[in-house]
Amino acid sequence: MSVSEFFNMGGYAIYVWPSYVLAAIVLWLNWYLPRRAHRQLLGQLKRRNQGKSE
Amino acid sequence: MFLWFHKLGSPPHFYRIAGNWLPWLGTIFLLLLVAGLYGGPILAPPDYQQGESYRIIFIHVPSAWMSLFIYIVMAGCGVVILVWRMKIAEIVLISSAPIGASFTFLALATGSLWGKPMWGIWWVWDARLTSELILLFLYLGVIGLHGAIEDKRVATRAVAILAIVGMVNIPIIHYSVEWWNSLHQGPTVTKFDKPSIHWSMLIPLLLMALAFQVYYLLALFQSCRTELLQRERNSRWVEELIAK
Repeated sequence: MSVSEFFNMGGYAIYVWPSYVLAAIVLWLNWYLPRRAHRQLLGQLKRRNQGKSE
Repeated sequence: MFLWFHKLGSPPHFYRIAGNWLPWLGTIFLLLLVAGLYGGPILAPPDYQQGESYRIIFIHVPSAWMSLFIYIVMAGCGVVILVWRMKIAEIVLISSAPIGASFTFLALATGSLWGKPMWGIWWVWDARLTSELILLFLYLGVIGLHGAIEDKRVATRAVAILAIVGMVNIPIIHYSVEWWNSLHQGPTVTKFDKPSIHWSMLIPLLLMALAFQVYYLLALFQSCRTELLQRERNSRWVEELIAK
């Protein structure tokens, strides 16, 4: 099987690849957003803590 | 074992243990994902009826399984909340909801993308598709209800009850293709006799399912830690953690 045949997916490329891309986006968001929220919260709490001790 | 479990119920321990697990879970997830993606879209042969289009199965079926599994976890947490009022169960329930909703959305969307070339139609109001759509609304309902009620103790009880009541939908989804005539094909893996899927397709499918399972833990631990930190922001252990 050649590379172009693989990407063509027997003519079903417009159905197969969006499925995989969609899954990649959704999984990435579910990992990235809580991670970012966690970082922001930690930073926020640290700043609050510094304000208290001064 | 019991002591370990008891410890896991305490917020600082859970926060720390979940944090320690994250890199391992991430590594295992990536390994399973690479193996599954190699075995599925690349190595497995085309289907004799559906050609290459069936390769959507490697996303669709694991997503659908996860949508059911996560809901069962949430309902289990609901019982634990109502009976034992365990703090960690509250956090697991509410952190699971967006992940479960995501997998349900993926199952529906990839199902549509598969339905169009195979059935000639994006969507039909048949039992399997409709009950899965109701599952999506149940997830969104849990998220919305929790956000809408000001008093968090009331909110927690409300979502626990909603999660438990929604459990009636789970067997309906699973058996819908047997109870009603459906465009959706019958089960190919969870049949009691031999699964009617060749091992060259089954193995990558199970690898992907396992990868999604590990991914759930990864995403769950990540958002549980955030939720825990948020709720316990004024407690002693958080102050000590910040001071470090």
